[in-house]
Amino acid sequence: MNYMRLNITELHEKLKSGEVTSDALVKESLELSHCVQEKCNAFVTILDDAKGEEVTENLLSGIPFGVKDNYSTKGILTTASSNTLKDYVPFFDATAYANLRDKGAVPVNKTAMDEFGLGGTGTTAHTGVQKNPWDQTRLCAGSSSGSAAAVAAGVYPFALGSDTGDSIRKPAGFCGIVGYKPTYGMISRYGLFPFASSLDHCGVLTRYVKDAAIVVDAMKGMDPNDMTTWDSSHIHLNDDLSADISGKKLFYIKELCDLEYYPNADEELISHLNNFHETLKKCESLGISVEGVSIDPTLIRAIPAIYQVISCAEATSNLSNLTGLIFGPRGSGENYIEMMKDHRTKGFSPLIKRRLVIGSYVLQTENQERYFKNAQRARRLIVDAIKEQFKKYDGMISPVGSGPAKLIDGSKEMLKEDTLALEDQLQIGNFGGFPSITIPNGFVSSLPVGINITGNCYEDQNVLNIAYALESSMDYKGQIAGEVK
Amino acid sequence: MGKYNVTIGLEMHCEVSETNSKVFSSAKNSYTEEPNTNIRPLDMGFPGTLPVVNKEAVKMSLMMSEILNCRQPDFLYFCRKNYYYPDMPKNYQITQNPPEDCVGMGGYIDIEREDGSTFRVEIDNIHLEEDSARMTHLYDTSIIDYNRAGVPLLELVTKPCIHSAEDAVTFLEYIRAIYQYCGISEADSKKGQIRCDVNISISEDDTLGTKVEVKNVNSFSGVYNTLLYEIKRQSELKDADRYDEVNQETRRWDEESGTTIRMRSKVDAEDYKYFVEPNIPKYKITKEWLEEIRAGIPELPYERKKKYKENYGLSEKEAHTLVKEIGIATYFEKCIALDIEPKMAANWITGNVLGYLNKYELEIKEFYLTPERLQTILNHMKKGDISSKQAKELFFLVLERKEEPDTIMKEEGMEQISDDSALRSVITEVLDENASQIEAYKNGKTNMFDYFVGQVMKKTRGQANPVKGKEILTEELRKR
Repeated sequence: MNYMRLNITELHEKLKSGEVTSDALVKESLELSHCVQEKCNAFVTILDDAKGEEVTENLLSGIPFGVKDNYSTKGILTTASSNTLKDYVPFFDATAYANLRDKGAVPVNKTAMDEFGLGGTGTTAHTGVQKNPWDQTRLCAGSSSGSAAAVAAGVYPFALGSDTGDSIRKPAGFCGIVGYKPTYGMISRYGLFPFASSLDHCGVLTRYVKDAAIVVDAMKGMDPNDMTTWDSSHIHLNDDLSADISGKKLFYIKELCDLEYYPNADEELISHLNNFHETLKKCESLGISVEGVSIDPTLIRAIPAIYQVISCAEATSNLSNLTGLIFGPRGSGENYIEMMKDHRTKGFSPLIKRRLVIGSYVLQTENQERYFKNAQRARRLIVDAIKEQFKKYDGMISPVGSGPAKLIDGSKEMLKEDTLALEDQLQIGNFGGFPSITIPNGFVSSLPVGINITGNCYEDQNVLNIAYALESSMDYKGQIAGEVK
Repeated sequence: MGKYNVTIGLEMHCEVSETNSKVFSSAKNSYTEEPNTNIRPLDMGFPGTLPVVNKEAVKMSLMMSEILNCRQPDFLYFCRKNYYYPDMPKNYQITQNPPEDCVGMGGYIDIEREDGSTFRVEIDNIHLEEDSARMTHLYDTSIIDYNRAGVPLLELVTKPCIHSAEDAVTFLEYIRAIYQYCGISEADSKKGQIRCDVNISISEDDTLGTKVEVKNVNSFSGVYNTLLYEIKRQSELKDADRYDEVNQETRRWDEESGTTIRMRSKVDAEDYKYFVEPNIPKYKITKEWLEEIRAGIPELPYERKKKYKENYGLSEKEAHTLVKEIGIATYFEKCIALDIEPKMAANWITGNVLGYLNKYELEIKEFYLTPERLQTILNHMKKGDISSKQAKELFFLVLERKEEPDTIMKEEGMEQISDDSALRSVITEVLDENASQIEAYKNGKTNMFDYFVGQVMKKTRGQANPVKGKEILTEELRKR
């Protein structure tokens, strides 16, 4: 039997009853890993020596999972899919990962990603492109590309991701699974290799909303090593998960979601937005009211630029510890400056270099006011505008991306100007640190598409409950690539 | 010199040595000779590490801010200063970026000179940051000690408002004393805990001349010499009508040659691309906390100085010397507590104790001759057991041998003979042996008295109590 297609609760019951052992689950997951590696190139490392763990009362005990390769894992190669760290074996664990290990969950692989999370395609890993398990000519999106591919292909019930712009929630959409990043500071970032600290979130990719609740319950908590964590000990996402969401109110941004704003829409965009509005009807049938609201289109159109400026600026600084002097392959040269240059020139992909140059540019004294400071101001304006809506609504609902996964061959094409904001709007969730979850809501061109629900800070339970109810009302819950239709 | 108005601004970096851990890392904050032993992953910039603010270091910074009469910010936050250098493995320093909010803004402090006159130093700001690793540059290689990376560092920046090298050093010495009095730092320049940057310009009128910055001067004597050198250099150029050769630039002090050497012009200054550190949330500084900190400020040097003058009748100069270092002041106060007469204690400390410490470059805490041992010596002197000359000899013998004063007195047979009968028998002996001299004395050669005294001293190897000896001698002579 293929156990790895089951959800966490089912697996736990089978482990408890003795129907299957943790060792057997780990073995199955490892076999699947090798299979998916061949098809999708999803992993940097497969932990072939992994062994099962003792099964306890904890739902996660003995259950295999995947870890994005930007989580520091003690004694296990951690590269962030970059040549700058191609041989780096950390000597300390990321807190979120350690929390899961403490509960007995078993890591079976480290998943490939866009280098250091700086990318949304899954094409910049030093080990190559991650292919979409639904169609291997397609991208997974990124940066949690390997985690999304593996969970969608049924390698295990969950894999860890990180999300700076939409790096969990977009690949989840394109791979037809669940992707959840909780409120900023709910999960410690200690040991997560930083991209842009003010936007970085830890989170998880699963096939069930309930599994996302179970995993984040285990990952979260105050961490003396991360000053941005807050006390969430009163929050029990799984225990309080409820499909009773009648009376809840959602809004969507009309300028982004209504077809009338896209005079040049292609077939996929039309289907995607129509499908989105179908899902809104489903919401209403569940007793959720949904209203379209207008948000200043100037602000909405600024989202991609704000993201670019702030994330690149912080990345420039965050990645400056990569010199090859203390860790990473030592560059060659006559002095330390030449050695650093050599290390960074050889180690980084062109995309990262471009972003680091942008980051450096916008932080320069003569540019900082115009770019970086203005981006921070605009970020605040957008967050305030959304928070204003959260006074009236329980959450915001939006389509994920402008259609299904893109072709790998076409990935180098520039995104279309008029759908840029639609593609990037999940970044609002990072601007505000909002809890945000993507769930599958159908198919366009035989490829999965997703829908996203985002709520106000600390309203994780609310967001999960709405997603949980909506998930149950649709046919895509727990779907595995290749098994559907 | 003296022809031009001199204007000096100082930047004083002082390591906070008295916190348990570093300012953003949990590594131990303690000075050690053994390199690379107090390190956590953050100090070496390993991926995924995050800074956590040391509240104790913030508290100490705010205390300094209050002492310097600065304004404190409503919220505490930090900035990143981005630059690539191996002494900072993250390649950015977490610091504060005045004139943006920092622990202390816009204050002043009044400084007292040794002669009792005062001057005011305006404080631009004081800010808290992390220190960098210590680098030692050898002939063809450099070595790095990361123990220092992340040690809390307070940078105090004055306005350009000091007008002599002497005042500059008096100011620095006083600030160092405050650090020590408040238990914030040992402020020991030998351990590299204090480093100064000096800004200096000269002009003929009230306007400011061209500012020259001299970086990384590591001792107060270095600051003094730097200032004298720069004042001379700039004045000579001005005298020679070549003032345009004084550039707005950064120089460094070269100890060996006793000169300053050009490092870079201000135009080449690096762009540090400051931005707010996103991993440290803004922290509200409450009025209550500030009040609590203010209440915890200990007695400061000038308060002690005043007390010493008023209560113990010490001179301005004596009091000034005693309070300069908390260790010395504490030593003095212990002496008082042991009932040593204050004036006498002050004399001994400012003379013999400080003389010895300076000569051997010792710290008062390593000083073997504790106030208790000093008390023993002075008591013997007071009782007449030893002369003041012997007391001084004993003082140095105690330090030399590291033995108790009483032991040394026995070993050296230093005790004075004050016992009446013992003295009388020696004196009788002397007189019996010198019949002709007695004769001469009786015949009016009164200076013979000193001869007898000398003989008595000779016989007792100088241990006879001179006062008593003379009394008995007079008596015995009268009898003859």
